[in-house]
Amino acid sequence: MVDLDPVRFQPASDQSLLVSFGDEITPAANDRVRRLLHLLQSDRVLAVVNLHPAYCSLLVRFDALSIGHDELEAILRSYVARMEEAPIPEPREVEIPVCYGGEFGPDLDELAAMHGMTSEEATALHTSTTYTACFLGFVPGFAYLAGLPESLATPRLATPRRKVPAGSVGIAGNQTGVYPCSTAGGWRLIGRTPYAMFRPSEGHMSLISIGDRVRFRQITPGEFAKLSDTCA
Amino acid sequence: MIRVESPGLFTTVQDLGRPGFGSIGVSASGAADSVALRLGNRLVDNPEGSAALEMTLLGGTFEFPEGARAALTGSDFGATLDGAAISLWTTFDIRPGGTLQIGATRSGARCYLCAQGGIAVELFLGSASTHVLSGLGGFHGRPLRKGDVLPIGPATGVTFREPSIPTEVLARLTPRTLLRVTDGPQSDWFPETSRRIFYNSVYRVTEEANRMGLRLEGAAVAARSSGEMITEGVSPGAIQVPGSGQPIVLFVEQQTTGGYPKIANVIAADLPSVGQLRPRDEVRFEHVDFDTARRLLVEQEELIRAAH
Repeated sequence: MVDLDPVRFQPASDQSLLVSFGDEITPAANDRVRRLLHLLQSDRVLAVVNLHPAYCSLLVRFDALSIGHDELEAILRSYVARMEEAPIPEPREVEIPVCYGGEFGPDLDELAAMHGMTSEEATALHTSTTYTACFLGFVPGFAYLAGLPESLATPRLATPRRKVPAGSVGIAGNQTGVYPCSTAGGWRLIGRTPYAMFRPSEGHMSLISIGDRVRFRQITPGEFAKLSDTCA
Repeated sequence: MIRVESPGLFTTVQDLGRPGFGSIGVSASGAADSVALRLGNRLVDNPEGSAALEMTLLGGTFEFPEGARAALTGSDFGATLDGAAISLWTTFDIRPGGTLQIGATRSGARCYLCAQGGIAVELFLGSASTHVLSGLGGFHGRPLRKGDVLPIGPATGVTFREPSIPTEVLARLTPRTLLRVTDGPQSDWFPETSRRIFYNSVYRVTEEANRMGLRLEGAAVAARSSGEMITEGVSPGAIQVPGSGQPIVLFVEQQTTGGYPKIANVIAADLPSVGQLRPRDEVRFEHVDFDTARRLLVEQEELIRAAH
């Protein structure tokens, strides 16, 4: 067994405990987040009311009237001890069609220019990789995808947009992701998918689940319109 | 049923929220002042998590074609029933065809209209709460509009007890502007000088204050500059400090994760008070330890249970 960073427990509020698996975004730390999340979802602790995963930590919200930090920490330690052996579902492969540039991705040209490439090259790079969904957070159905080619990593916009259209595909630092709903946002927008990301009536409730392998496929504006009709 | 003649400024259907979906990015949502919602439901013999109307700063005008038993709780918006003034925190009966008119706030940000039987909207992920950002839950996922018609559910048949909440209980549940907070996960990112500023300054609620969060303005609080924070899960009541040094209190419809350091976290017992803060209100923060926070929550809970 490889050496893992020690797990750290820290009260985040009077009704939450933050479980951290190190201070670096690594696949190993993220895998442990996913394992603990899955175990807590399949073998529930009654006093736990909500779970907020992130890159290398899991925030566990609890009912402060029925349990305290220390008692919950002891329970969670036993979960961490057996989570490596517990069965966990295989990640799924998810393909997301994206219409790049133009009105669909208003920041694509500038982003490509910042890296000394053409928009076509930037698009080819973005579709060349398989990404990993590290967690869902921020707003319903927003998956934080790791694995962006380094040559596409770009800081957020200095001034966030007041309204980003739903389905917009963005880049922020070395992350990429799809806005599930129309919201304010500072990620640089390179394209848009006609697919609905947040699907509350379906089993996983989201097109992308934590741990999934995600690929983007370029489509034309015509295909975008056609697919919009079928997933409206 | 309730027919909306005028919706007020921002009126949504809320219950006690939908915890349990943080792992797909859905925050718990629910009433901004959960104490007011729970007491209002008790007044009309509903289960305390029944759905009600949450009004913000300015109330609406509502017609009840079939009548109803109802109660108003939270902040005093000045209400009349068929033209006659009615009191907060007291059960009243609306005749068939009666009209309830609710005005502008005279105290805090939110007033709740609870009707016996509850607002009977379809549940979304187990809750009637409106999640405004994603446009889901509540009544078509949005604030109410003129002409909307909302169904009221059947009464549960609980025995009717007292028609009002004792004033001495209400006095002890009065919303606070001195908010008690515990340390947050990055409290030690803030040097002692910053912490002193934070705990000794008055902060004003800006116009950017809603169910997602409240931006405050006041003395800037600087975190030590070393190192970027890795995005992590955030708790309701988390007080995050972006580069500007102006604190933001994350609230019921919060983002589930965030990347700014958090200097403190409002205790669970004082979160309902946050729901009564209006733009331009002034708040201060008092540090308490986790044992105190828990004791205050237990005391508040006993008070609510004994109230009615």
